[in-house]
Amino acid sequence: MITLDHVSKTYSTGAPALNDISLHIDPGEFVFIVGDSGSGKSTLIKLLLRELLPSSGQITVNGIDVGKLKHRQIPKYRRTLGVVFQDFRLLRDRNVYDNVAFAQRIIQTPGREIKKNVPSMLSTVGLAGKYKAKPKELSGGEQQRVALARALVNKPPILLADEPTGNLDPNNSWEIMKLFEEINATGTTVVVVTHNREIVNAMKKRVIAMNKGVIISDEEEGTYIDEAY
Amino acid sequence: MRHISTFFYTLRQGIANLFRNKWYSLASIATISSCLLMFGVFYSVVANFQYIVKMAQEGVSVTVFFDEGLSDQRIQEIGDIISARAEVARINFVSADEAWESFKEDYLGEYADGFGDDNPIADSANYEVYLNDVSRQDDLVHYLEGVDGVREVNHSEITANTLSGMNKLVSYVSLAIIGILLAVSMFLISNTVTIGISVRKEEINIMKYIGATDFFVRAPFVIEGILIGILGCAPPLIAIYFIYNRVIDYLSERFMMLSQLLKFLTIEQIFSILIPVSLAIGIGIGFIGSFSTVRKHIRV
Repeated sequence: MITLDHVSKTYSTGAPALNDISLHIDPGEFVFIVGDSGSGKSTLIKLLLRELLPSSGQITVNGIDVGKLKHRQIPKYRRTLGVVFQDFRLLRDRNVYDNVAFAQRIIQTPGREIKKNVPSMLSTVGLAGKYKAKPKELSGGEQQRVALARALVNKPPILLADEPTGNLDPNNSWEIMKLFEEINATGTTVVVVTHNREIVNAMKKRVIAMNKGVIISDEEEGTYIDEAY
Repeated sequence: MRHISTFFYTLRQGIANLFRNKWYSLASIATISSCLLMFGVFYSVVANFQYIVKMAQEGVSVTVFFDEGLSDQRIQEIGDIISARAEVARINFVSADEAWESFKEDYLGEYADGFGDDNPIADSANYEVYLNDVSRQDDLVHYLEGVDGVREVNHSEITANTLSGMNKLVSYVSLAIIGILLAVSMFLISNTVTIGISVRKEEINIMKYIGATDFFVRAPFVIEGILIGILGCAPPLIAIYFIYNRVIDYLSERFMMLSQLLKFLTIEQIFSILIPVSLAIGIGIGFIGSFSTVRKHIRV
């Protein structure tokens, strides 16, 4: 499903961000990518989103060679990925319903289906009663649920989450992680970039640890091991 | 069906954007209005000036006198030759009797009675030739002087040169002022667009990450820009509509003695050009401004 083959990325400033990374993630997997700041995990997400191009190597997602996508093909590719960011990235001037519906409108879902799908997705993330609220009226945890609903409403096969609990308190962090597990249970591949040790250690999922642009460990049911750094 | 739904969604979003960023929208509308007001006022002045010059030019004539005893047939032929010239707008035949009556009226008054039925200017039948372009008066005069049967060609070189010069001056000044107005407009608009960029950047990024196409991201912004352009046209046009007639009335009253010379365009004549041009400029600025704002952030 996701394959990186000898991928390196060096920024225009000359700073190396990723150095000869190779990994493979199967459909339906739940994977944590962990590492300190500067380890290259955010660069990895940007490469998967096709926000950046690799300096060398090949990235394949759902059979698509991401590095060879033309500009006009990028939107269609991104629709196969649900994305959740640390800072939620909601459209601040639109309410909860419109934020989630926006993802459906992009793929030209008929109006009557949007009216059915959005409330259903909001119900899944526990926000059915707050569809009229604006993002600023919600707590951090609630905003992240809206972002999650938006990421999932088009039923993408892959969910990418970049530090999804970075701005949340422990309770909300756990609530979000439970939702990720539920989504993963339905067959969606989930890739979570994080440095939340408690969660990584407790969930016993595959853990890919990175440091200074290289993978230093890749373990099934792994933990966030301090010695790794 | 899906495209229709997307079209209406895009249209709704374009309109909604106006209200979401109301201060930005107001600033943009005010900018476009200021530019179009400057343009409208300038256009009204220049159009009237050109109209006055044109009216004055139309009053300038060349008078063609004939050889003594020239036959009516030859006079008619000369009339046809003159009328065929491209620079001639119209000609008017003045018989010797009409010329004498006019002379008596203008210069002799009651003293004309002493002449009885005599016409002392019996050979003064002539053609009054009116030009459509006074700058070509010299060419015409040279030509007419060479026509067989023409005794004399009278013309005012100073009047023709002055009007022709004024026409050129107005054209050059117009071009210069339009250039300055455009430069000022672009400066004001680019400043407003820069403000817009900071408001839009995050929004455009989010849309692109979710998988929106360039068209889907851009269309509401472009519709918003066009609406801002159209809304920006209204205040200056309304202002000019109400102010124009008052200014014309004031000028006509103040310079009543020059009423023969000062003839102004009506507001309808001004608006027949100003409305479509203002709309084109407003919509053009709105379109280009919004299009370029989005373009800077769309390649995410």
